[in-house]
Amino acid sequence: MVTEQRERDLPPVSELAIATMILVVIGGTFIAGHVPKHVPLLLPSILLAAACVLLIANLFLLSRVTAFSWSTFRLVFSRSLAGYGVIAGLLTYVFIRGDIPNDVMAFLAAMLLIFALDIPLLFAFSVARYQPAESGAQR
Amino acid sequence: MVGETQTLGSAPVASAAGAPAIPDFEIVPMKALPIVGIVVAALVVAIEYNRLWPLEFFHIVGGGMWTAIDLFVGFIIGPILGRLSIQARIEFLIRFMPKMVLLMPTLVTMTLVAGWQLANYTGDIAVAYPDHWWLTASYAVVGVMSVIAIGILEPANLAVLFELKKPRPDAELIGKLMRRFVYTAGITGAMQVATLVIMTRIATW
Repeated sequence: MVTEQRERDLPPVSELAIATMILVVIGGTFIAGHVPKHVPLLLPSILLAAACVLLIANLFLLSRVTAFSWSTFRLVFSRSLAGYGVIAGLLTYVFIRGDIPNDVMAFLAAMLLIFALDIPLLFAFSVARYQPAESGAQR
Repeated sequence: MVGETQTLGSAPVASAAGAPAIPDFEIVPMKALPIVGIVVAALVVAIEYNRLWPLEFFHIVGGGMWTAIDLFVGFIIGPILGRLSIQARIEFLIRFMPKMVLLMPTLVTMTLVAGWQLANYTGDIAVAYPDHWWLTASYAVVGVMSVIAIGILEPANLAVLFELKKPRPDAELIGKLMRRFVYTAGITGAMQVATLVIMTRIATW
């Protein structure tokens, strides 16, 4: 099938995006489970670093794709970024109001930033992969 | 494609001659965006005002609707959807899914943001372990549901809607994605039972 062939030709962007999301969710749950008491930051540091690496690797793999529906990708990514940017912004706002220490807040903000970039990437790729491919020059 | 058996959702169905009729539809219902904007603005006002009633209102209304919709879609709509004809499923999906694209993120945001502020207001967030495990369990349940809903269910919804916009949608692809929708909706529905247990326990401390 054309769809299966197309899926085989693409890097595992969805899988990496879901893995990134899982790391961020575990980190966020760990921090939220300790607040307002002292939060040990070793595990969140490891999870945040791993999530960053996965997100960057994912963007790199995606940038190597030549035949892809980039116009659809841009459309879905921009709309999703607007929506999930608002969600991440609201969560950051309510955490800041909750008197969370600055160092812990920095971790939460960084995780929410990754979340706000990762989800649009996942949505945009999931839609664009099934759309007619454009040439690399149309990127 | 004439006479060929296809699957759309979980049940196999035989296609009629020619492609099914797909009415025009909006993937994101633009008319509903101002309502979402009003809800978000009211949520910010409630947090700034920081009183029990508005925080309870947003957390209970948002959470109640989120839980009820997940249970209803997972256990009532999903199984019915799997048994409808192609045409009926398309008619339903193009009216149902665009609304869910806006409704569910709005309800989830209402619930989580107001819930965090509410826990700060009531002091529940500072409760010591082992009682704190109930809060941690609620974060974990929300986290797992988020991964399933945002990571698997929502991308499938969007891909189906974009596929249905094509002049000749791929029935096999829609069938595969719809099966994912039906199963993941069932899983999130089941997880909402855990949410009900946890939240009623916290509310009766």
